[in-house]
Amino acid sequence: MGRYVIRRLLQMIPVFIGSTFLIFFMVYALGDPVAALFGDKAPDPAVAARIRQELYLDQPLWKQYLHYMGQVLTGDFGTAFTGQPVLELMADAFPVTIRLTIVAVLFEVVVGIALGVAGGLRRGRPLDTTVLMLTLVVVSVPTFVSGYVLQYLFGVQWGIVPPTVSPEATFLELLLPGVVLGLVSLAYVTRLTRTSLAENARADYIRTAVAKGLPRHRIVVRHLLRNSLIPVVTFIGADIGALMGGAIVTERIFNIHGVGYQLFQGILRQNSPTVVGFVTVLVLVFLVANLVVDLLYAVLDPRIRHV
Amino acid sequence: MRGGVRTWARRGVAALLAVLLAAVVAGCGGGTGARVPGVVRASWGDPQNPLEPANTNEVQGGKVLDLIFRGLKKYDPTTGAAVDMLAERIESTDAQNFTVKVKDGWTFSNGEPVTARSFVDAWNYAALVDNKQRNASFFAYIDGYGKVHPESGEATAKTLSGLVLKDARTFTVKLSTKFSTWPGTLGYPAFAPLPRAFFEDHAGWLKRPVGNGPYAIDSYTRGSAMKLSKWDGYPGPDKAGNEGVELRVYTDNNTAYADLQAGNIDLVDDIPSTQLRNVRKDLDDRYINQPAGIIQTVVFPLYDAKWNGPGAEKVRRGLSMAINRPQITSQIYRDTRTPASDWTSPVLGEKGGYKAGLCGAECTYDPGRAKRLIQEGGGLPGGRVTLTSNVDTGSHRVWMDAVCNSINNVLGDDRACTVNPIGTFADFRSRIAQQQLGGMFRSGWQMDYPLIQNFLQPQYYTNASSNYGKFSDPRFDRLVDEANAESDTGKAVAKFQDAERILAEKMPAIPLWYQNGNAGYSAELSDVQLNQFSVPVYERIKVK
Repeated sequence: MGRYVIRRLLQMIPVFIGSTFLIFFMVYALGDPVAALFGDKAPDPAVAARIRQELYLDQPLWKQYLHYMGQVLTGDFGTAFTGQPVLELMADAFPVTIRLTIVAVLFEVVVGIALGVAGGLRRGRPLDTTVLMLTLVVVSVPTFVSGYVLQYLFGVQWGIVPPTVSPEATFLELLLPGVVLGLVSLAYVTRLTRTSLAENARADYIRTAVAKGLPRHRIVVRHLLRNSLIPVVTFIGADIGALMGGAIVTERIFNIHGVGYQLFQGILRQNSPTVVGFVTVLVLVFLVANLVVDLLYAVLDPRIRHV
Repeated sequence: MRGGVRTWARRGVAALLAVLLAAVVAGCGGGTGARVPGVVRASWGDPQNPLEPANTNEVQGGKVLDLIFRGLKKYDPTTGAAVDMLAERIESTDAQNFTVKVKDGWTFSNGEPVTARSFVDAWNYAALVDNKQRNASFFAYIDGYGKVHPESGEATAKTLSGLVLKDARTFTVKLSTKFSTWPGTLGYPAFAPLPRAFFEDHAGWLKRPVGNGPYAIDSYTRGSAMKLSKWDGYPGPDKAGNEGVELRVYTDNNTAYADLQAGNIDLVDDIPSTQLRNVRKDLDDRYINQPAGIIQTVVFPLYDAKWNGPGAEKVRRGLSMAINRPQITSQIYRDTRTPASDWTSPVLGEKGGYKAGLCGAECTYDPGRAKRLIQEGGGLPGGRVTLTSNVDTGSHRVWMDAVCNSINNVLGDDRACTVNPIGTFADFRSRIAQQQLGGMFRSGWQMDYPLIQNFLQPQYYTNASSNYGKFSDPRFDRLVDEANAESDTGKAVAKFQDAERILAEKMPAIPLWYQNGNAGYSAELSDVQLNQFSVPVYERIKVK
């Protein structure tokens, strides 16, 4: 087990180096960010040269990358164009996005699995068909549509919640954005649970359990659900990484100042230290989430061994 | 082995929980939303640069400077005239040597008096190349700029030789050339005075800037919000008419608009183009749509021989006449743009040099003449032209398509004009700077100060800083020089307009439209107006 984890951690190193280099290369290949700092005016050549020197932009790309990675390894993610250290931006942004992700994941797990179980146990009945139809609709509506529509209905039309989230971003305020963010994944969780449940319901061990005369709730929770959740756990694990980084649209609609907001600002202004720094952390989140999922398999299914 | 798995998994989960808990704890506690009586809650964007006066060159940082700083002059929000603010008088006999006397009794909000030195130190800081100020070039007119801000290499002097302190309230300025309207530029925020704290504790000052304007900053959370309150000790004539201003950062103007509709914010100064259709219905008369000092043009790459050969100016004029401006401004922009007929802006006023129709027939849609002119000039170079702009903001993609369609219809050729959309502003800017574009490209100009000089000289004077197309005409240059040396403002303006007529003849850039500022506000507010820079005049706003 320990060896397995160490092997996986070692494998992360080349993935990390490769992906950060790609990001670095792509962001810097977009062109010279200094030109945009001067708005519609031509850059002052002397000032532009100083800024380039300060940002290490006057060096060849590979040198810039080595310099940057050297900085990152000592815990310094550089400085954004506003003069603020990127680390400070991260300290502001990540807690907000983590909270948003928690709301979204809780929502998709609780509601998604409940709906999936309800549908899976009553295959073919009206309830099942309704759930399938609803999830189909949810999957086909893009987040920016559901986001703006729900914001308008709940925030503007009915005035139940404020349409945007304040800089403090409390859990209460994040409820609606969390639901919007989790909607699409909710549909997947529901469908995965339903299918997996429906398949396992025909398995031999369930028939045995029924024959033993176990109470129904015990069969469903202990035997059926536990075995059916493996694909769902995989999905949710991968989804956490995606939700952390993919909240750009939701965060924009609800004016949440999290990771998506910083990435969006960074890309728009071609603020390379911000973009590379945040994406680097997101890469780490993805890698760790995947490892945790793989370890969780063994917990859920005794047949799986990591050697 | 199973035990091992479980311990590992438990440890991992425990570590994960610790991180999550930290986030959760931060998320509990007081919400927000409770409005403070008398405070204006206004939309904002994250300033692009540190909030130093000489380092702020865009409107979002400009809003803050407008709230917390007052300079020697201030532009009247209605007339645009530069009126004395901290200046008791600015005198010159030769349009080159100026004596500035600062008014008595002004202080910064931390109590430090504003003296002549506050200005001289601030300007020297701004000009010195080591400080990397984006607006350093504003000080280029002052004698000695070349020494503190050389094109390359180290500065050979720390201070501008043209700035001399005379006494506590007086200093003199020597310009490197004659520039009669120079005092009129002093309302630009880069010329603001700075307190000693700025130099002594720079990092601390940036966290919470201190100035001498009608408001003082209470708190500043970078990237999200700034709270300002009225400064009771403000000595100026334009005291705040409300208790304070809360600026909130939005990245999406649709979101800000939704907040305005829900009563979650009071003032939005960027109405999304998709909402322009509904804005009258949603806000009644609480919608402002008025000219701002911004003109959009399409520039020709005159550094490219095929656009600069004999007869090419006919092609350029023809292209200008092939664009149906009124149709685009009314249908795409819903009259938040006005068709341009000169190279300045209506906010200058007739006295300031704006002259509707100066461009004449050249800027009026006339398909027949347009086609004839282009043919007389030898047709489009290679039969084609591309139109380039960034498309990340400002609905640029939409008007570009419309302009190209207009040109294609005139020429009866579907493929004559094609658009070349560029993803980000930064990329677009760097292509312009490197002269990579071989066809027409968009150029927006937001004025720095309401003077006709600011619209013409930086953009069309030979080798001027923002002359992207590399237009050069000795007659134009001579007229601009003469205008700058003219001490009578009326005569100077007339000279500038003569220079502008050369642009109509040579058409180095096609004027498209004047951009308006627009804003919407809640029923709680009254007396809301925008100034020429499309920034709300916060101190005049009253809250019910």
